[in-house]
Amino acid sequence: MSQDRSHILKLLTVVTESALESQLVRDIQRLGANGYTITNARGKGHRGVREAGWEVDSNIRLEVVCDEATARRIATHLQQHYYDNYAMILLLSDVEVLRPEKFQA
Amino acid sequence: MDPIILFFLLGLTAGLLKSELRLPSAIYEFVSILLLLSIGLKGGVELARQPFLALLPDILAAIALGVFLPLVAYPVLLLLGKFKRVDAASIAAHYGSVSVGTYAVAVAWLASHNIEFEAQMPLLLVVLEVPAILVGIMLVRGKAQQTRWGEVAHEVFLGKGIVLLIGGLLVGWLSDPEALASIEPLFFDLFKGILAVFLLEMGLITASRAGSLRQYGLFLIAFGIAMPLFGAVVGGLLGLALGLSPGGTMVLATLAASASYIAVPAAMRISLPEANPTLSLTASLGVTFPFNVLIGIPLYWRLAEFLHTLPGGG
Repeated sequence: MSQDRSHILKLLTVVTESALESQLVRDIQRLGANGYTITNARGKGHRGVREAGWEVDSNIRLEVVCDEATARRIATHLQQHYYDNYAMILLLSDVEVLRPEKFQA
Repeated sequence: MDPIILFFLLGLTAGLLKSELRLPSAIYEFVSILLLLSIGLKGGVELARQPFLALLPDILAAIALGVFLPLVAYPVLLLLGKFKRVDAASIAAHYGSVSVGTYAVAVAWLASHNIEFEAQMPLLLVVLEVPAILVGIMLVRGKAQQTRWGEVAHEVFLGKGIVLLIGGLLVGWLSDPEALASIEPLFFDLFKGILAVFLLEMGLITASRAGSLRQYGLFLIAFGIAMPLFGAVVGGLLGLALGLSPGGTMVLATLAASASYIAVPAAMRISLPEANPTLSLTASLGVTFPFNVLIGIPLYWRLAEFLHTLPGGG
């Protein structure tokens, strides 16, 4: 398998409140994400345990694979708009993809 | 005791004892969808039998009630509770809006005591969900630019609760009464069983607020009990003024007493993100919901009965 660096893209993972889902989806698409994956999540952070027992108490994990510039752009936007008032964490990691053209903006 | 109340206590106790018990969230969602549809359907079936225009005064009165309650709650929270403006407004919005769970328990209570109430109540339930949310936002923002009203409106009017209630109302209203018989077993006959499962989960959810209750303390507890009592009196008097039966008066009193924990928290999260959701949920879920279910509902029936013995009462 090729180890070409161009096949390394960024995986941006956002864990946040379900209430934000539709806003986030709009934001990331506007900022250049081609696609995304959302899963329901639960866990604990400095805003307490979020057990997903019911709507208000549930989290989502949103994942986007994109180039580094897009990932940084989205991360900065989310930091500026949501960090103050919402439970949210952002993770960036390198991932190797097999079909890089699928993720280009 | 009523078994559905015991189911609530079971959930509450299990939660407080940190039992492993939790309902899968898909089940909770399914059960609440069934409840909302049942309430809507029941209302729609009855509404089909009367002229819609005759309900206009009731609808307008419900809007006024939904505006009035948060306007009373807000200064109390601000001045006595010493909350930040945005928190006071958010809590006030929760208390001006309504809880479908509480409504369902009130209706089941009336049914088990064979007391009739007016058919338009589910409609008033829908109407009452909305105004307080707008009042809450206005209290903080004025008519400010930063509120994305389009999004707020989407959240408010296309939220699960409103869509299912209004959808149920319409289905009930438009369906042939004979044809409805085929879905009655699920929506009407099983109503109390579904409600019991719902309350089991509500008990668990309520118990999960116990920690924050300790943290935020006495004022929230006092407010969470005093505000529904005040609301019940206002709702009861309004019911009397509208000429509702004692049963209808009791339902309106219960609606005014109840505090939202689904529609409003979701809307507030989007429109007033600076507000601390723990405060309002602790009050509405940790205090007011159990108070209404365990103590309030029988009390509001007494209130409705009392109001109707007054001179001029029905």
